[in-house]
Amino acid sequence: MSFTLHDYVLSGNCYKVRLLAQLLEVSYTINPVDFHPGKAHKSPSFLALNPHGTLPVLESGDTVLTDSAAMLVWIAQQHDKQHTWWPINDAECLAMTVQWLGFSSQLTESIGQLRLHTMLNRPADAETLRRQSIRHLRELENHLTEQSIRGQAFLCGKQPTVADIACFAYTALSPDAGLEHTLYPGIRGWLHRIRCLEGFLTMPGIYEAHETRNEHTAAS
Amino acid sequence: MNAALEHALQDWYPVAMVGELAPGECKHSKLLGVDITVLANHAGNATESTPTITVRADGAPVDVQQAFDHWWVCLGNKPRSLFTIEEASEADRRFVPCGVVRVACSPLRAVENFLDIAHFPFVHTGVLGAEPHTEVYKYDVKVDESVDEVIATNIKFYQPQAAKSAEGGIQTEYIYRVPAPMAAVLYKTCPLKPDALDVIALFVQPLDEQTCDVWPWMALYDDTSTQAELIQFQQLIFLQDRSILENQLPKKLPLDPGQEIPTKADYTSVAYRRWLKKRGAYYGALEVHP
Ligand SMILES: N[C@@H](CCC(=O)N[C@@H](CS)C(=O)NCC(=O)O)C(=O)O
Ligand SMILES: [Fe+2]
Repeated sequence: MSFTLHDYVLSGNCYKVRLLAQLLEVSYTINPVDFHPGKAHKSPSFLALNPHGTLPVLESGDTVLTDSAAMLVWIAQQHDKQHTWWPINDAECLAMTVQWLGFSSQLTESIGQLRLHTMLNRPADAETLRRQSIRHLRELENHLTEQSIRGQAFLCGKQPTVADIACFAYTALSPDAGLEHTLYPGIRGWLHRIRCLEGFLTMPGIYEAHETRNEHTAAS
Repeated sequence: MNAALEHALQDWYPVAMVGELAPGECKHSKLLGVDITVLANHAGNATESTPTITVRADGAPVDVQQAFDHWWVCLGNKPRSLFTIEEASEADRRFVPCGVVRVACSPLRAVENFLDIAHFPFVHTGVLGAEPHTEVYKYDVKVDESVDEVIATNIKFYQPQAAKSAEGGIQTEYIYRVPAPMAAVLYKTCPLKPDALDVIALFVQPLDEQTCDVWPWMALYDDTSTQAELIQFQQLIFLQDRSILENQLPKKLPLDPGQEIPTKADYTSVAYRRWLKKRGAYYGALEVHP
């Protein structure tokens, strides 16, 4: 099923959906919403569509999804015939995927909020957010180190799942919030592996890997 | 007080978009190291000459004026006049204030990056530039003494998507103007109206010497795109620059030749730095050795 994505170009959560759609070669329509400076996602007409007042929103026929993790699952289940991105045939991997999808929404609350504060002047308790963000980055770093000891390159196994996409966005964007990746070698390697995936999509703050830069130009 | 600050205090800087705050709403910000509050006044007590915002610096009200869809503030006691942009009064243009973006860089570096075309293919790949079209052809840069502005003309550059409205690659012509140390205005070929020029400006609010709030503003001919599309096209571009800007070293802009090696494409940058130095606009610049 094709869909319309109510989108904001600088949103990490919107980017997750654009990235997976691009990796799986799914076409869709973008409806840009004036998130900043217009706060159009808090307007009455938008709240009628999504009472949470958040982006992204995915619409397809009667389906309206307001959570990016749900959108990733919805897209993968329909378009990934190998069932690796949403690994329904592997209980262990599927459970891990759900677990790390949960972690990805914590990243929105820590790094995502800190980034809006640092970049777009959103009022926030920056010190608390910074502490939480660093705790989350360390947790991710530890897990990725353990994964590499197990010989697994991604969060839930040898193949990337929707959880990798979900956790990738705000982890990759953390320098926008003043948190560099220098201290996290495991994270750096994992970010790089995702950036090298065939069909990878960029956004401001997330660039193509040097290795692939000349092979394909960024799709618009 | 140091001379760099004293010089910078006499210029006007944007602190809010018109209509950004609801009546009675207040926000805290900073300008040239000074804490400011910006309060939107309640309608009713506003007469024609009264601004509809009140800005206080360290508690005391300061001069405010409205221009180019923003509120501008001057903290000094000998204000220079605010520059003009004629196109701002052309009723058939679309005016697009793009909202604030905070960047941890010198306000001068934000302006200088805006003047640089050579980075387009590498930073704005597929939009404002593309390999192999990386060459910057010679163009003209001078200081227009009549208005004391840096002006660069006869710039041509190949762009895959010059604007939201562009249907494909075009050879874009550019003119750049630096009318104040912390503002830059460019004029570029309008894809929908090839005989006209779109206007894009960067208004910089210096919070201190190494942090700034940047307020991009556009005056375009475009009757097809939505306001959200136009804003997000500009934000896409500017946020690509942001991460580059935050990583530039030294943090403050070097004005002395030899402190940083300018490349062939940097004619405008060299002229900008000389012009800053000549007028004593050192706020956000590395120490200058006379
Ligand atoms: N659980 C939602 C959260 C989405 C979310 O928080 N989105 C941000 C933008 S990235 C938002 O709309 N925030 C509202 C606001 O900050 O005003 C999801 O993952 O889609
Ligand atoms: Fe740029």
